Amino acid sequence: MSSNAIIFISLAAVLSAVSFFLDRDKTVAGFKKGWQMFRKMLLPLLNILIIVSVALYAIPPSAIDEYLGAGSGIGGFFVAAVVGSIAFIPPFISYPIASGLLQQGATYAVVATFMTTLIMVGIVTLPLEIQYLGRRAAIARNVLNFFAAIIVGLAIGVVL
Amino acid sequence: MKTLAKKYQPYIWLAAFGVATIVSFSLGFDPGKTVFTNFRVSVFELLSFVPFIFIIVGLFDVWVPKEKIQKHLGKDSGVKGMFLVVLLAMLQAGPLYGAFPVAYVLHKKGTSVRNIFIYLGAFSSMKIPMLGIEIGYLGVEFTLARTLISLPLFIAIGLLMERYLKGTEFEVMNPGEKPSAPAQANLQPAGGK
Repeated sequence: MSSNAIIFISLAAVLSAVSFFLDRDKTVAGFKKGWQMFRKMLLPLLNILIIVSVALYAIPPSAIDEYLGAGSGIGGFFVAAVVGSIAFIPPFISYPIASGLLQQGATYAVVATFMTTLIMVGIVTLPLEIQYLGRRAAIARNVLNFFAAIIVGLAIGVVL
Repeated sequence: MKTLAKKYQPYIWLAAFGVATIVSFSLGFDPGKTVFTNFRVSVFELLSFVPFIFIIVGLFDVWVPKEKIQKHLGKDSGVKGMFLVVLLAMLQAGPLYGAFPVAYVLHKKGTSVRNIFIYLGAFSSMKIPMLGIEIGYLGVEFTLARTLISLPLFIAIGLLMERYLKGTEFEVMNPGEKPSAPAQANLQPAGGK
């Protein structure tokens, strides 16, 4: 069992015990809420795991290394930022993809850029965003977030 | 028949994958076996920690009063408002487009422009359920570094947007609502949680 599993299982157990001690009904309501959320994301997550499993087999690590690895330089950042901005992948299921990219040789900086643009910039959802925030604010938000994402990626490259 | 097809349509990929796997194993097709092994490892990894994250998230949801937080995010809320708006965003779940209806509600309740954009930033990348899964897949160091680097950038974006939109008549709109009937504002949008 991974250390992650141990951390989350212990934390869940402690919080559940405290919560149960304080208020039994609330705890049950919380479990139900969590179960609903888990159920909602399970299927898309399993689907993406299928794709990742196929991709891990089909895409040779050397290709990932070439385009997103240490030697990819600015090109790797560019690819990650553009793909991340356009792609419409729910954040939950992007983590297995990111983890797969890292395993196959992509750098932390590039993966961070990809993840950050993915969650902060939404080209596909821009029309929807304009309906809520108006054209001016929506475009400004996406442009600012795009640059912020690149800063995050570069900074992570320096830190990790 | 049609409804049946619709009901099972979401499972089509899983079913196709199941069939392909069975065929691969019975014919001894090695690539298929390898792909299944990759899949099995990922599923076990997923089940080893993700359900527990949702227990934690569900408990947060019932114990932390989000409605109370929403009242303290106005123009003069300062650093405390920023802190609370980040906290509020962290307690949400779901994709970014689910945050816009919440932004609308916050705007109606008098949240400052700055705090709305800080909310959108924190919502997009600091939600607790997401952080849990991120830690599981990419490690504590990565998650912590990304979050700590992102946070000041969100605050900067909030300040920049406030300045940029100053003097314009910025409004968060609700596309689902007819402008003629403001009294029927939907204060509990579906995408909020």
